[in-house]
Amino acid sequence: MVYSRLTTLAGVLALMGLVIAGSAVASGVATSATSATMGMDDARHLLARTGFGPTLNEIKTYAALTREQGVARVLAVVPAIAPAVATSAPPAWVQDALRPPRELRNLSVEDRRAYLQQQLRQSFELRAWWINEMRVTPSPLAERMTLFWHNHFTSSQQKVRYARLMYRQNVLLREHALGNFATLLHAVSKDPAMIIYLDSATNRKDKPNENFAREVMELFTLGEGNYTEADIREAARAFTGWSLEQDTMEFRNRPFLHDSGDKTVLGQRGRFDGDDVLDILLAQPKAAEYIVGKMWREFVSPEPESVEVRRIAATFRDSRYDIRAALRELLLSAAFWKEANRAVLVKSPVEFVVGSLRQFDMSADDVASLAMVMAGLGQNLFAPPNVKGWPGGEAWINSATLLARKQFIERLFRTEESLRPAFASIPMTGAAQRQQRPLLLAGARRAPLNLPLFESQRWFTGFSGERDPAVERVLLAAAPANPVPAELSRREWVRHLAMDPVYQLK
Amino acid sequence: MNKREFLKSMAATSLAAFLPEFVFAAPTTADTYRKLLILVELKGANDGLNTVVPYADAEYYRLRPRIAIKRDDVLQLTEGEGLHPALAPLLPLWQANELAVVRGVGYPNPNLSHFRSIEIWDTASSSEQYLQQGWLARAFRANPVPREFAAAGVIVGNADPGPFAGGSRTVTLTNTEQFLRQARLATPGRARGNKALDHILGVEDEVVQAARGLGGGAALTTTFPDGPFGNAVRTAASVLAGREPVAAIRLTLNGFDTHQNQPGIHANLLRQLGEGLAALKAALLELGRWDSTLILTYAEFGRRVQENASSGTDHGTANAHFVLGGGVKGGLYGEAPRLDRLDNGNLAHVVDFRSLYATALQRWWGLDSVGPLGGRYATLDLLRS
Repeated sequence: MVYSRLTTLAGVLALMGLVIAGSAVASGVATSATSATMGMDDARHLLARTGFGPTLNEIKTYAALTREQGVARVLAVVPAIAPAVATSAPPAWVQDALRPPRELRNLSVEDRRAYLQQQLRQSFELRAWWINEMRVTPSPLAERMTLFWHNHFTSSQQKVRYARLMYRQNVLLREHALGNFATLLHAVSKDPAMIIYLDSATNRKDKPNENFAREVMELFTLGEGNYTEADIREAARAFTGWSLEQDTMEFRNRPFLHDSGDKTVLGQRGRFDGDDVLDILLAQPKAAEYIVGKMWREFVSPEPESVEVRRIAATFRDSRYDIRAALRELLLSAAFWKEANRAVLVKSPVEFVVGSLRQFDMSADDVASLAMVMAGLGQNLFAPPNVKGWPGGEAWINSATLLARKQFIERLFRTEESLRPAFASIPMTGAAQRQQRPLLLAGARRAPLNLPLFESQRWFTGFSGERDPAVERVLLAAAPANPVPAELSRREWVRHLAMDPVYQLK
Repeated sequence: MNKREFLKSMAATSLAAFLPEFVFAAPTTADTYRKLLILVELKGANDGLNTVVPYADAEYYRLRPRIAIKRDDVLQLTEGEGLHPALAPLLPLWQANELAVVRGVGYPNPNLSHFRSIEIWDTASSSEQYLQQGWLARAFRANPVPREFAAAGVIVGNADPGPFAGGSRTVTLTNTEQFLRQARLATPGRARGNKALDHILGVEDEVVQAARGLGGGAALTTTFPDGPFGNAVRTAASVLAGREPVAAIRLTLNGFDTHQNQPGIHANLLRQLGEGLAALKAALLELGRWDSTLILTYAEFGRRVQENASSGTDHGTANAHFVLGGGVKGGLYGEAPRLDRLDNGNLAHVVDFRSLYATALQRWWGLDSVGPLGGRYATLDLLRS
């Protein structure tokens, strides 16, 4: 539960801002309460919800902005990234040609296995690249949205197998992360990794495979209950012919495999192809509501307010699916800032790990170890558990993953003399273990985990006094759930806060 | 949050969420739950027709020219049906009359979405009904598992709470020894009214209590198969070896969504299933629990009767499931699949899945099944007593 912090300096400043705004209204000058600066708590809330573990300096910077300014800033195009898709260079192999399945079939069993092992190793390098980008990016929201779309338009290394295609899909997602949803939907439907993941290439005239048609309605646009089984069957016919080049694995439409007959999808009849069906889906009011509802659960609270979702969805549709326009409405909604909606979302493993590094100001020499930790906590990047993605929310926390999170904190706070190999005791939830075993084995060869260490002397230089209240306010989204013993050293105090259940929340 | 808002949020949250389950009914006798229930989820939807094969039906071979199990390979149970060859480890159970095969399990107006259909199975709802609480959570609420039990439910593997969702005392673990080592990091706490925080505090409590009960077990001599399902079975066995009992365990075997290249993938999965269940029996015998354990398999649905163009199968409806244990009357239950009477290419169900649940609740545990299942479902006569 969020507690009042108005006695603190920033709170007083925020209050003064409100008072000034109030007097402006009284004197007839057109303004609103939103012209007040945010103060520390609002700034922390905005940064934690749109990024990864805000630091004291970031919070201070945003505290001096109004809510509108702050939201504009998190949504802004960052020139450092704009021409490219990420600030850090991807692994060199993303340029290499891949060996298509036809070629793989002609390899000896050993050579084929070696090739697939190489793909698994590369997928680990890919995870490391992305995690590092999340840590250093000047635009955390762009990374959060790339992750959001990765969990929406899911594909998994486990089925796709080619790391380069997973990279390429990630590039597509980051290009459109804050761009246009309609454009993204059309593009991702023809993305080679997606074509493989949802079996589009085997969806042929007279022999339809319904996998993509079903998921594009159920998970990508409309949500369950807003279409019929007949719609799926008909849509699957429209998507026939979408396939891949055998040698390059590029998208290719094959007209001779396309069913060009009449189809009836969601009440409309015509000789539809796949793009037509996507446009029919995008024209449904439910599509914008479904996406906004999902954004709400990502950024605002576990329970979307239907009236607000419809309002923001209308903006989203009117903007022809401009993702920034929807996010802006969402982040400036009363619900986003409401006290009752603070500290009500559970950090994902990625947010938890990357956020911890950022908040404790740790560099990470061995980013692949962090990927292993995230996998152990239930979020193996590039390998969501199924097409629905990670369920998220409270489902992130069960007895196994909560203990694993605490153990991760313990390791960051270990003392030098207690250093020991950590891999053996990083637990893996069964689902991760079962589905991602080959991926993890490829990574496990490089065990033990090499995690960074909390350096308290350096860290505390940003704060003042023995028990600067700002420490708690940076680390926790609300007051700690467990009482803090008075006799702890500063270092132990910080560890205690990071072990508190509230540290799992944002 | 000020005091008024706090009180409002308290009122909005069901009071029930703050009360432990034993407040709602007289304590169930410990004997009820001395009988154990193990659920095995075949996640992704197992292909029942290639698991329990109607090898005498020409229609089966006509609809599945590439993926059908050859007649000669089938492990014949009767003149019409038999098991996939990879399930050979289950044959001794069949011969000992401890394996029941229930054909045609499903529900009316089937939903073919993985997520919606498993929700229907987990909450024992009808196709049109949306329930939050799992069917076992409802049963445990009505008939509380005694406090001295290490936990009401243990989830091994797949973390999704499924039938335990919504307020049963459940722990998730991968490895029992590791769980006990780490449990010291948990601190019990009291609910605060923030749902996410209460969930975390609840998990901390469950860890602390489970750690008290799960320790102290003797090492088992049973050998377990390698691989993730073998590990899950090993963990389940070590849980059962602990100081205090648990009422139910859920294991998961993943990967049954075989849209493509089904034969090799499916054979591998069924081999893991067969070897895993055989090892589970061995461990339960060693623990003296085989006669007091009921094992049920389940999945969101079966698969389409006709193979697809990718040597795989799309989502279907009715399915075959296994019930096994020392107290089971082996044999075939339900009805053989009618491939000549398909509905949109799918099998019609003849046994409602809630009949399996009713059998577990009523006949196995001796509890009322009407309340937890929201209606009366016929039980199956597949238990010895």
